[in-house]
Parts: sequence; structure tokens; C-alpha cells
Amino acid sequence: MSLAVNLLLLVFLLVMALAVLKTRHLFAMAMLFGLYSLLVAGLFVVLDAPDVAFTEAAVGTGISTVLMLVTLASTKSGHELVSSEKSRAAPLIICVVMGALLIYGTHDLAELGDASSAPHQEVAARYIEKGQEETGVPNLVTAVLASYRGFDTLGEVTVVLTAGIGVLMLLGNRKKLRVKELANGK
Amino acid sequence: MANDLILRVITKWLSPIIILFALYVQFHGDYSPGGGFQAGVIFSSAILLYALTYGLDAALQLIPEMALRIGASLGVLIYGGVGVASMILGGNFLNYSVLASTPIAGQHIGIIVIELGVGLTVASVMVLLFFTFARRVAPE
Repeated sequence: MSLAVNLLLLVFLLVMALAVLKTRHLFAMAMLFGLYSLLVAGLFVVLDAPDVAFTEAAVGTGISTVLMLVTLASTKSGHELVSSEKSRAAPLIICVVMGALLIYGTHDLAELGDASSAPHQEVAARYIEKGQEETGVPNLVTAVLASYRGFDTLGEVTVVLTAGIGVLMLLGNRKKLRVKELANGK
Repeated sequence: MANDLILRVITKWLSPIIILFALYVQFHGDYSPGGGFQAGVIFSSAILLYALTYGLDAALQLIPEMALRIGASLGVLIYGGVGVASMILGGNFLNYSVLASTPIAGQHIGIIVIELGVGLTVASVMVLLFFTFARRVAPE
């Protein structure tokens, strides 16, 4: 059953990736990326990682798609991808080399669900054994994120805030926008 | 899109349910999948849906931008505040065990409060990002 679901999701992932390559319309591309994220979220559920699936479904499918669409809407022209006929060899070589490196890298990854692999030997074993006893939280992911790795999560939240501040500083200045509009004679 | 009756009705019915689900994910994150980050993102998606259907001005009336800026900073402050509070009570930074009489109760309080901070910051920043981008869309 799991194999069939995996196969279906992966085949559709491949179809989405090819469709993104094939389409020339940026709006369609944004929607296809959203669907791609939804399929990845489905894969995370199959891999028993509902916490990550939640995030992927909400951020990847929902918010980032909306942000891409809003960005496209705020640019008046250029919704069609223009392809130039010249240097096509270099991107192809980069993609092939990068893909080969990534596939080579997967050989070092631990087998899925292998209990004797390195990540499951050290701290993970302790979290699983003592987690509930020490934090009283049944959801182990929350226990690790919020308590054992509280420092990392604090950094993560600060990164989110910093990103927001960065966008506000770049785009949030309404006065500057108005000056620009005046300069354009609007 | 503001004139599409079906969209308006569906949005009106759906957004409270999404917000309720976000709150469930936020406060039930100790027991089931979820937590502050996921809850914040789900909450902000409800606001995004509302803004997409009813327009940016209606959404700004619902949540003024200043409130979002304050919320985003407040979330990180709450998180850091829990760390400082546990230092004042004699533990290490972000050691929740000292927050209550027993370590387990302390952990519980600490986790719930920091998850609240995470949710507040993530929800505020996501909506703020959308508002900032959407303001650049010229009215037709």
C-alpha cells in the first residue's frame, strides 16, 4: 500500500517538475510549484513526519505560492519566460554535474529506518528513552524543538523576524514609492 | 475578485475554521503534530485568504500593520523572556524546569509559552510579508 502511494506521489512529482520545465507562463509555473509542494507534503506524511508535512503544505503550497503570485501581479510585464537561443550548453552541464553530485551524495545517507545508523545512535536514543519522562510532552518533535533544542528554535524565530525586517526595509517604505510615482508623472 | 459571490461566501465560512484549526495546532502541539510554527503559518493563511478575496484595505482594517510589527517583535521577546525568567529563577538560559514547583510542570509552562511566542512571530511576519508585497500591486 505504502509502495503504491509512494510510487503515485513520486510519478506526479516528476510530472510536475517536467511541467514546470515545459511551461513558459510564469503564473502557471507558480501554481505548479504549489502543487509540487503539496505532493512533497504528501510524501512527508507517508514518511511519518506530519509536523514537517504541515509546514510544507502551509508554507510551500499556500503562502509562497501567494507571494509569488503577488510579485507577478506587481510586475506589469514579463509574465512570459523569454528563452534565448545562445548559451544552452553551460546550464545543461551545470545541471548534469550538480545532479550527479547529489546522487553521489545520497550514497552516504543512512538507509531509511535503519536503527543502527549514526543519527539514531547518539542523542536520538536518549530523546526517545527519556523525552517523555523529562519534559512530560507526548509529541517527541515538540519536546526536541521546544525544550532540548530551545536555543536553536530561538535562533530560528529570530531569523524569521530578521527576514521580515529585511523585507520591510527593502519594500515597506511608502514615502519612497510615492516619490517614485511622482517622478514618473503619475 | 471582490465581486465574486461564491468566493466571498466560501471565504467567510472557511476563514474562522482555518483560524480555529490554527489555534488547535498551536495549543495541542504537545500531544499531536504541530506547534507554534505550523500554527502561525496556518493562521496567516486564513488572513491571506481573506485579503485575496476582500482586498488589501479590508484586511488592513482587520489587522492594522502596526499591530503586526509589534506582534512580530513581541513573539521573539516572549521567547527570550522565558529564557531570562528561567535564569532569574536560578536555572540556565531556557531551562524551563525551574519555572514551576516540579520540573515537568515547569517544562510544560515553558514549552506552551515559547510556542506562543513562535506562533505570534511567524503569523505576524507572514502576514506582514504579504501586505508589503501586495501594496506594490497597482490598483487596476
